[in-house]
Amino acid sequence: MRDVAVVATAQHQVAALTGTTEVQLMVPLLNAVRDAIGLTQADIGFTCSGSSDFLAGQAFSFVHTLDAVGSVPPICESHVEMDGAFALYEAWVKIQTGAADTALVYGYGKSSPGSLRDVLALQLDPYYVAPLWPTADAVAALQARLLLESGVSGAGELAEIAVRSMRHAVGSPHAVRSSADVTVADVLAEAPVADPLRPSDIAAEADGGCAVVLAAGDLARGLCERPAWIRGIDHRIDAHGLGVRDLTRSPSAAAAAVGAGAGDDRLDFAELHGLYTSQEAILVRELDLDDDLLVNPSGGALAGNTTMAAGLMRIAEAAARISAGEGDRALAHATSGPCLQQNLVCVLEGE
Amino acid sequence: MSGERIAVLGVGQTKYRSTRGDVSIAGLVREAAYRALEDAQLGWGDIDAVVIGKAPDFFEGVMMPELYLADALGCVGKPMLRVHTAGSVGGSTALVAASLVQARIHRRVLTLGFEKQSESNATWALSLPQPFSVSANAGAGGYFSPIIRQYMARSGAPDLIGCMVAFKDRQNALLNPYAHLHQHDLTFEKVVESPMLWDPIRYSETCPSSDGACAMVLGDEVAGDAATGPVAWVHGTAMRSEANNFPGRDEVNPLASRDCAADVFRQAGITDPRTQVDVVEVYVPFSWYEPMWLESLGFAEPDNGWRMVEDGSTSLDGGDLPVNASGGVLSSNPIGASGMIRFAEAAMQVRGMAGEHQVDGARTALGHAYGGGAQYFAMWVVGSEKP
Repeated sequence: MRDVAVVATAQHQVAALTGTTEVQLMVPLLNAVRDAIGLTQADIGFTCSGSSDFLAGQAFSFVHTLDAVGSVPPICESHVEMDGAFALYEAWVKIQTGAADTALVYGYGKSSPGSLRDVLALQLDPYYVAPLWPTADAVAALQARLLLESGVSGAGELAEIAVRSMRHAVGSPHAVRSSADVTVADVLAEAPVADPLRPSDIAAEADGGCAVVLAAGDLARGLCERPAWIRGIDHRIDAHGLGVRDLTRSPSAAAAAVGAGAGDDRLDFAELHGLYTSQEAILVRELDLDDDLLVNPSGGALAGNTTMAAGLMRIAEAAARISAGEGDRALAHATSGPCLQQNLVCVLEGE
Repeated sequence: MSGERIAVLGVGQTKYRSTRGDVSIAGLVREAAYRALEDAQLGWGDIDAVVIGKAPDFFEGVMMPELYLADALGCVGKPMLRVHTAGSVGGSTALVAASLVQARIHRRVLTLGFEKQSESNATWALSLPQPFSVSANAGAGGYFSPIIRQYMARSGAPDLIGCMVAFKDRQNALLNPYAHLHQHDLTFEKVVESPMLWDPIRYSETCPSSDGACAMVLGDEVAGDAATGPVAWVHGTAMRSEANNFPGRDEVNPLASRDCAADVFRQAGITDPRTQVDVVEVYVPFSWYEPMWLESLGFAEPDNGWRMVEDGSTSLDGGDLPVNASGGVLSSNPIGASGMIRFAEAAMQVRGMAGEHQVDGARTALGHAYGGGAQYFAMWVVGSEKP
């Protein structure tokens, strides 16, 4: 395997982007990552992005975003209808083939024009579940309810996760929900949205985008003072049917962590893409994270969840922190689908 | 090509039809996947990862349907990727799968493209109103017809070249049991007399709207050597994209197409495509794109691709470079699978397994796909021998 590192990151996330298209959102971010390391698009070996037509409300929506990249002369480029973290995986694979030494990766989402909770119902089995139009929160509440009733977790633990996210998010430039003085009692006093999930248990919806540059070997060392090396990256998917799997578990998350070698050495922190406090509680167990590990120093996806980019943002947050010398080894996680169906784990290290 | 050698171990296709009402989306993809596994003489447990592609999710009205399809594709506990690069997606999907083998991350990968257009309405899906933009609601034919007219003007091609392409492909389709259109009573005169939809594109010069899926099993060199039947070896892979609109863009012969062809032929050691390639599966949704792509790919001199159509060079019956022996996109178009069908048919030809539409002695083949406003390109060259 070639050594590949994250050498530049940029992101922008707000509660709702108004008056800005996805192209306008991405132009400054793509310029920022390339400028940070002095590369132009002509220097990039491969470009890969992640987004969803269902958020954009338009077929082939990613075609327009190509204008933000700059593709004259033509570029070697691909797109996944997945979170940008999976675009990063495809780019990492491309570098592993030897066909490219650098890659530009981006993901973006603007869910605010629609009702995300309803749109996500269309991700479910189209014949038996989607016609019922369960909201994303209602589906997640089934998982949370099972978690509480099985005794794996308690309402107090979930509230503590919510409080920790909001406290960490204070001063985090991309967080859209933060609070320095919220307490567990405050969270527990909230009326449930989808019982047992309270507003603070649910990731704060956001619009935004994220861009990352990958580079191999000495090239990465030359571009960046302290590259964040991808020591392992793996992803797996579980069964889709909500009734055919134990919703209190996420075997795909556990397998991805093992595949990425997360447990091979001590971690300094983790950035998790849990969309609900209940999902974060499951992830901490499945990823086998130590009780005292620093989880989501940025506030995590709970503090701001841009659908289709939140996973890539976790990798970008972890990489930026490592490059800044605020840790030597980190786990970044991305998820997709209902109830943690699909999971990606990326282990990053400084040198 | 750098990295691990890649072999096509198996190919599976569904019957293409307007409506495959006999199967669900899961049933459709499973049909193709199962046939690919059977062809490769492998089971679900032999597959390390799945790479799936399809065109816009609005075509079925299911957001990221691969999540729901994980179970049907034997993917539980494995890695799964979903590619979407417009009309070229079937080709790009195969290339992403190939890169997983090439990078030595996986030994055997199942890749699949599908579209079940009957689940939704493509015209609706392509016409969702956007703020601050006016849609011509002209469909793909309306988009491409001015580009075709530009080609006709600058090449001086006779008016009926497109009809010749369409008639050839529909005749070829009669030899392909999976093809959507089997028009036994079609004549060249009927093609010419069919209604003009978007001048110069007639009804019989356009692709149908199909349900269907195509799958391939790709493996590494060890897997290729271990196969009991013939395999196709990948000699080159390339993808290119360019913006839809910029000053000086050649829409008839896009630079991204030329760059992509140059890259894939360089990898395959092909310096004279016309003599070194035996059979071509090119993405031709509108008849005139056959001569246009033949020029862009270097099989003909600029403005002369139509002569290959006129003199029968691209015919399965005696031509020196049969194009779309399968009947092509003009005879079957499950959009998200259409590119992969081109790639898979190229592999079938060099494996000698194309049945009645086999080109005798085919050793080197090109699979080609394009998408967007002729701005996304994916290509591979496959051969009967190891690279």
